[in-house]
Amino acid sequence: MNKTITIEGVTRIEGHARITMTLDDNGKVSEAQFHVTQFRGFEKFVEGRPLTEMPGIMARICGICPVSHLMASAKACDDLLAVDIPPTAKKLRQIMNLAQIVQSHALSFFHLSSPDLLFGMDGDPASRNIFGLIRDHPEFARDGILLRKFGQDIIALLGEKKIHPAWVVPGGVNAPLTAENRDLILAQIPAALSRAARALDYFHTVRDHYPAEVDAFANFPTLFAGLISPAGLIEHYDGTLRFVDEHAAPVADLADPHQYPAMIGEAVEKHSYLKSPYFRPRGYPDGIYRVGPLARIILAERCGTPRADAELGLFRTRLGRSPQSSFHYHWARLIEILYGIEMIQRLLEYPDILNTHVRSRARPNRLEGVGISEAPRGTLIHHYRIDENARMVWANLIIATGNNNLAMNRGVLQVAQRFVDGTHLEEGMLNRVEAVIRCFDPCLSCSTHALGQMPLRIELLKPNGELCDVLQRD
Amino acid sequence: MTTSIDVGSESLTLRIDDKDVSCRKGDTVLQVARENGIDIPTLCYMEGLSIWGGCRLCMVEIAGSPKLQAACATVCTEGMNISTHSPRLENYRRMIVELLLAERNHVCSVCVSNGHCELQAMAVKLGIDHVRFPYRFPHLEVDNSHDRMRMDHNRCILCSRCVRVCAEVEGAHTKDIKGRGVLAAIIHDLDQNWGESETCTSCGKCVNICPTGALTHRGTAVGEMTKKTTFLPYLTLMREAQP
Repeated sequence: MNKTITIEGVTRIEGHARITMTLDDNGKVSEAQFHVTQFRGFEKFVEGRPLTEMPGIMARICGICPVSHLMASAKACDDLLAVDIPPTAKKLRQIMNLAQIVQSHALSFFHLSSPDLLFGMDGDPASRNIFGLIRDHPEFARDGILLRKFGQDIIALLGEKKIHPAWVVPGGVNAPLTAENRDLILAQIPAALSRAARALDYFHTVRDHYPAEVDAFANFPTLFAGLISPAGLIEHYDGTLRFVDEHAAPVADLADPHQYPAMIGEAVEKHSYLKSPYFRPRGYPDGIYRVGPLARIILAERCGTPRADAELGLFRTRLGRSPQSSFHYHWARLIEILYGIEMIQRLLEYPDILNTHVRSRARPNRLEGVGISEAPRGTLIHHYRIDENARMVWANLIIATGNNNLAMNRGVLQVAQRFVDGTHLEEGMLNRVEAVIRCFDPCLSCSTHALGQMPLRIELLKPNGELCDVLQRD
Repeated sequence: MTTSIDVGSESLTLRIDDKDVSCRKGDTVLQVARENGIDIPTLCYMEGLSIWGGCRLCMVEIAGSPKLQAACATVCTEGMNISTHSPRLENYRRMIVELLLAERNHVCSVCVSNGHCELQAMAVKLGIDHVRFPYRFPHLEVDNSHDRMRMDHNRCILCSRCVRVCAEVEGAHTKDIKGRGVLAAIIHDLDQNWGESETCTSCGKCVNICPTGALTHRGTAVGEMTKKTTFLPYLTLMREAQP
């Protein structure tokens, strides 16, 4: 009879999940599963609501990345209205989206993942967290907190609120940028760039300390997917959805967003509320693909901004064009922070950025609309159908985290088989199982469209059910 | 020392919240209180429309009467002694607003009237930070059939301002109320979709005097719907000035 180890309440991720590992008779992990234990139901309860409310409602899916949902939802609504939004509105949306990516990446790297890197995977769990960082590495922690603040402040300057701004609307945005606010943002750029550069400098001092983790943290060949600009640059707001193989060679381009179901299938597994999207032409589960910062870095020829491109050059010199270990999500995330800050500056310096024509007005001209954008965690798809009175009749959301579900599950198994010895549990073993999940920066509350804080308790049971080892973390 | 004001032989004197006030015969308690800077909360009352007395937020205590009276619908009498604020009244007012919030689906955060809503403002004013009654979560339709305007029954508090302005000011009487109790609802003509109404003149007065996000312009997104109510006193004045 097999034994099962359960990590109940995976920590330092956004949302709630459980990991179970089944041991064979030798105490080695034979199976591992990542269970997302919450359910939201947004797709169902938007039915009947007017389409103009959709960005506002869908933003409520998440308090960390509401902007991502605003973008994908507003793009789906633009599609329903069949309008091209004013060029200034597009730039303003891009600025807010990049600000969101900077703040979310800062949260993921500094607050959630860096404790593992600074204190070590086997470090004392009592200090291996943001508070330990503040105590032992105050400058580093301050940089992280202020980079988040940089992104959040931009969101508030554009949309009046840091969380759930109502500024992004179907057809554009509902208020132009003022010269005063533009200057306020521009004034913060140099400090933000310095902080991002310091974070990268720090990362370079530790990235070589984890060869075993690099080797086993979801390190296997998969497809990668993400948006890419017509010029082959990294793209977060618009562009073409492209799938590339493990050598970064293009496999498929999605020219028409409406055709996404031909490329992406959504499988349902009994062990999780999170669906498992897959690249349909390769079938399930062979169509496993990854999205997010690493995928975007692999997809793009280059970033298109000088400092990010210099860092990308270093990344590729060191790791090649298409590194397969998900450990490298951290580095990719830091490159994107750099890119985001540079790009915000570039967008703000366009002469038309203060134009007051920022909204196209139209009635719904289609009954079906699809919006695709890049959230911090990867590609986000909102797909709506409305009736002739512009009321929602159906919605389908493919959330960034969901795209990585197959890879996260396979990654958990790989790490568990490498590090977990079922005959004697150590906290550091299980922390690595959680750490591979953190590489993907999943947002589970988003991706299941929940609540409560569960203590972490891992029990190792003998075949007869007798408790032979237990690890408890409150 | 008091200053006497000659308001003619038809004047009355009374006390509101321990303040001596005078008024003309026929004035309501609400009118007199507001003229004297005494605030009484209301939702269904609207100057320029007939008295409805439906929301019951303007209930006041009158000395000598065990019953609470609606200030909007109570005519002043000589020597009345009125209290507009007391723990009992505050309790009932909070309860009324909580019941309104529990009755339908008032989801402020994603409502087009968020930040510009009289019901929301009233809840804030009365210090309502939670609702003690179980929400009913009724399944109600959004009527989006009109070319320019939208009726969201989820946000309606049945104050009937729209019914009255439509009948009394515009003269169309497109809107009315069907059903009773929790089944009551605003209808158009013979309970048709708004867009199919033959009597609606699309004047938009109902949208502007609706206190919540129940009646809004189409195409508005979250928090974008602002109401303009200043037109009504002018229209009323012009109507009354007609020979």
